[in-house]
Amino acid sequence: MYSRGLRALSLSTVAAFCVSLSLVFFYAPIEAEEGFLQKIFYLHVPLAIVALAGFVVGGLMAIAHLRTRDQRWDLCSYVTIHMSLIFGVGVLITGSIWARASWGHWWVWNEPTLVSFLIISLLYATYQPLRFAIEDPERQARYASVFAITAGAFVPLNFIAVRLSASYVHPRVLGSASNLPPSMGLTFLVSLLAMALLFTTLCRYELTAKRTRMLLKARSRILGFQ
Amino acid sequence: MIPLVYALQGAAALPEKSNDGYVAAAYIVFLVLLLIYLAIMSIRLGRTERAVRKLRKDAAEQSDAPGQSRERETV
Repeated sequence: MYSRGLRALSLSTVAAFCVSLSLVFFYAPIEAEEGFLQKIFYLHVPLAIVALAGFVVGGLMAIAHLRTRDQRWDLCSYVTIHMSLIFGVGVLITGSIWARASWGHWWVWNEPTLVSFLIISLLYATYQPLRFAIEDPERQARYASVFAITAGAFVPLNFIAVRLSASYVHPRVLGSASNLPPSMGLTFLVSLLAMALLFTTLCRYELTAKRTRMLLKARSRILGFQ
Repeated sequence: MIPLVYALQGAAALPEKSNDGYVAAAYIVFLVLLLIYLAIMSIRLGRTERAVRKLRKDAAEQSDAPGQSRERETV
């Protein structure tokens, strides 16, 4: 069910990444202030946007699960949040590398964007322990959905709060402060598209694998092998 | 995790003015994360394949001896 069109999606992800990396290293100009270091943003910012969007989408899927009681929505929500957390780890590591090169420190505690992203990641790091601490599958799905909705609502609120805060040390790529030239803007958008495609592809792979294992278990039980 | 540590050490060891190593380290980290994930997926796929093989074998054995399977069902 989830594997439909997976090959085409995988191929388009690979193609999008090839185009994106070519644009990053051969088309986008070297930024005047940051220099070559700015190339990290074509990786770090799309990773962050996709991870945060994934958390919100996970919350929306959890709402669909609570409304319909359909277990498939719960599975989708779980996989989306799981993948967003992995992307979140990537954001924290690539962000730290940029901070070390630009600010001379791996981590700056008085920078709201960094700390808020860490808080979100730590919040979602509790999702899996919470989920698997409950044995009853129905209760597990329900509690996990409530968590996903609450935490998913926290993500945009947190984003707005950070934007409203006084510190603008962290560079802005999108928004009123953005003054990206067209070549950089195009590269950024293609990178964002490639990252979103990668996220979708990996989620679909994970869903297919989980669905196959569930079917196998059910079939084994029906045939009386378990 | 070892390639990640090497990448970070390599980046930190570069001269102050050169930021190329940091850019390389960031992209290597991303690649390593992706490869780790794919490795985990391939291990899980191998496990699923083994389960399918076992299920097929058990099903074949059951169809060879229908009397035995009926016994198993009643137990």
